[in-house]
Amino acid sequence: MIGWLNTIVQGVLLGGLYALFAMGLSLTFGVMRLTNIAHGDFIVLAAFGAFAITSQTGVGALGALACLLPLSLAFGYGLQRSVLNATLARDPLPSLVVTFGLSIIIQNVLQEIFSADPRSIPAGSLATASLRLVQGISVGVLPVLIFAVAVTVAWSLQWLFARTAIGCVFRATSDDRETAELMGLDARVVYASASALAFAVIAIAGVLQGMRTTVSPADGPGLLLYAFEAVVIGGLGSFWGTLAGGVILGVTQTIGFRLDPGWGLWLGHVVFLVVLLLRPAGLFPRMR
Amino acid sequence: MSSTPLLGTQSLDARYGDFQALFGVDISIGAGEVVAVIGANGAGKSTLLKTISGLLPAPREAVRFDGEPIGGLRPGEIARRGIALVPEGRRLFASLSVEENLCMGLRSGRQGPWTLDAVYALFPMLRGKRSQPATALSGGQQQMVAIGRALMANPRLLMCDEISLGLAPIVVKEIYDALPAIVEGGLTTVIVEQDVGLARLMSNRLYCLQEGRVTLAGASGEVTREQITRAYFGDTQEHAR
Amino acid sequence: MSAASYRIERGTHASRVAGIIALIVVAFLSTAPWWADSGWMREFNEMACYLIFAMMWNLLAGYGGMVSIGQQAYLGLGGYVLVALGNFAGMNPFVAVPIAAAAAMVAAFPISRIAFRLSGGHFAIGTWVIAEVLRLTVANISAIGGGSGTSLIALRGIPRATRESVTFWLCLASLAASVGLVYWFLRSRQGLALLAIRDSEAASASQGVDVARTKLWVYVVAAFGCGLAGALYFLGNLRISPDAAFSVNWTAFSIFIVMVGGIATIEGPIIGVIVFFFLNRLFSDYGTWYLVGLGLLAILATTHFPKGLWGYVSARFDLQLFPVHRRLSRGDDPRSAKARA
Repeated sequence: MIGWLNTIVQGVLLGGLYALFAMGLSLTFGVMRLTNIAHGDFIVLAAFGAFAITSQTGVGALGALACLLPLSLAFGYGLQRSVLNATLARDPLPSLVVTFGLSIIIQNVLQEIFSADPRSIPAGSLATASLRLVQGISVGVLPVLIFAVAVTVAWSLQWLFARTAIGCVFRATSDDRETAELMGLDARVVYASASALAFAVIAIAGVLQGMRTTVSPADGPGLLLYAFEAVVIGGLGSFWGTLAGGVILGVTQTIGFRLDPGWGLWLGHVVFLVVLLLRPAGLFPRMR
Repeated sequence: MSSTPLLGTQSLDARYGDFQALFGVDISIGAGEVVAVIGANGAGKSTLLKTISGLLPAPREAVRFDGEPIGGLRPGEIARRGIALVPEGRRLFASLSVEENLCMGLRSGRQGPWTLDAVYALFPMLRGKRSQPATALSGGQQQMVAIGRALMANPRLLMCDEISLGLAPIVVKEIYDALPAIVEGGLTTVIVEQDVGLARLMSNRLYCLQEGRVTLAGASGEVTREQITRAYFGDTQEHAR
Repeated sequence: MSAASYRIERGTHASRVAGIIALIVVAFLSTAPWWADSGWMREFNEMACYLIFAMMWNLLAGYGGMVSIGQQAYLGLGGYVLVALGNFAGMNPFVAVPIAAAAAMVAAFPISRIAFRLSGGHFAIGTWVIAEVLRLTVANISAIGGGSGTSLIALRGIPRATRESVTFWLCLASLAASVGLVYWFLRSRQGLALLAIRDSEAASASQGVDVARTKLWVYVVAAFGCGLAGALYFLGNLRISPDAAFSVNWTAFSIFIVMVGGIATIEGPIIGVIVFFFLNRLFSDYGTWYLVGLGLLAILATTHFPKGLWGYVSARFDLQLFPVHRRLSRGDDPRSAKARA
């Protein structure tokens, strides 16, 4: 019994990481209906970026993140403005093909630079420290920290969208791009700003992933699928929903792994498909 | 009427893909005027407003605002210069509350007398509903929000596209009762209206469009019913003067 | 002035010429086992599979408006059903090919119930998830080799020359049939309905087009084609594994082939696979940079040449080798095919 409880606790914590993967995806899809196939690869890119910084300069993970954040804001803004804005249209094909192409490029460039070996970002004592909650249930400090970050990011994004002027602008542009422009906005700038924000979250997710486990150049697609499943399970339009979706996915996977290591990921995917079949709008959708 | 019109179009054509909706439209709006644009469905009235506000492309010189060519500019740029459109069908932002919708008007960056309080003074029933989602309101109240949102941009030219559409006559009266308060500050206004009587009543001058062409232009008080009927349905081209 | 008589035409002069050339080429190629070496035939088989798979992706995305990143699910299914039928049911693998394709098609029906819950970009990723589920399922079944895969042993008794010849003929025939079938389908009323749906679902629904059924049929037909490609590929490869069978690279390559060649045309993927073949020949030794190049080309094609190579040629020279669209022409129109020299 306690073993199962432990499994669930670990699953919840894992779910926090999946939720972090998903936040950026939820953001860009919410504001501009963009599905970025390279989303997971950008997370891996961020992780490798942090790895490069920490291994070359000896700066710790936090310092690496501090370097990456302004870079990712700028990169996200620039990528959206120069490449992705042009692909946004009623037809999903251009954005899918372009981001798919980016995915291939990132994976192969990373492999070229770093080889296919898995890398990790040094987390110091965080990597091994753990707290014992009760007899039989111990949680790693790092997973708890990651979960806390996920909750903070969800709360911050929710607050940003609901309570700030820029959040109002995001919601309005998402509702009706034309009328938003009639108000004096430039949708190109709004989309680029949303992308910048999404890439900042990607950077955070990438660094934490690299600290929690190893990353290899080919990991991207897997992370994309987890992020996507978390978004869909949770329901569109709500960052708390995305957090819940991530947790459900994490718990499902860890239960699956406990039942049989070969079927862990499989169970996660299958639960996603079941939710899709029974509740296509997700479990906690907001009106959209 | 001052010599340079606030807004003028010159031989304006507009197309939706292969379909041409406007043919050589020439209109001019002087500062402080209230001008009505009437015509049957599909005559091109909304197309005209969309072209002026930048939602549809136009050649650079075909639209001039305050002496400057604005044809082909992005809608956001045109809004910042002081043209506000109350779009056909209201097009409120569904995810935003009433007050948030109104505040979107502030995005134009323009200063002026129209503040939130001024809008609530104009449409008092909105104050009580300020936190509600905009789409929860009745049609007439939504129209008030749409007008208020445009006013919050403190424009120099306000364009209203069919604000009576889909509303009960008593509600329409309520909305148009607010028009004098809007106009008395000197705000130049263009109203597109299906209701010809209302249009004549509310405006100084009117244009009639028929199948994308101007078929009548004149002072609202002087054009006759016959002239309007002919221009509306397309018999002959006439100028009232 | 006399009233002109109007006629609906489809064939162009160029298409008649192309049709004759195509027949000659196919007839000539069918003699290949007598003069070509095994390596060449194997490459042809491989390219045939890529082309069939790409044509199916094109059918879905270019004509059907459904961008899928998970068609490899059906390719892998076709391959594994072939291997299973051959190894366990003792069926002649050559006979098993169309059955494997049919199995993929049958699987598409229930899968579509889930996939069609999504649309647009979400549909794309959702189909990828489904492919992953299949990969993981197969990787866990030890009877067919689990994660490391298994070999097609049912062909062991057959002399190599015979095996290679029959495999080649099967690939050639499947390719010709696939092209012919897609061409026939697009010229049919279902095809017209499909084009209408792609342009506007709402408008076509209002004209009485059964949007849901048309989309389902396209999806199911595409699944058959992908299953066929899979069965053929692993028939030639003799060895199958989940990572090879359900790899997303299949989709990646077909996206390249279709976007560079020309989406929503029949000629496009054919051009695209020829380009792909030569690029592969010349540059695949460069490994990762070759793939980066493919990715860049696909992006460039999408952003700057959305109609691909064939789209450019077709527009420039007003050329159609597989004309799908109906043209309204006047009886006295000098441009009509009959009057063209």
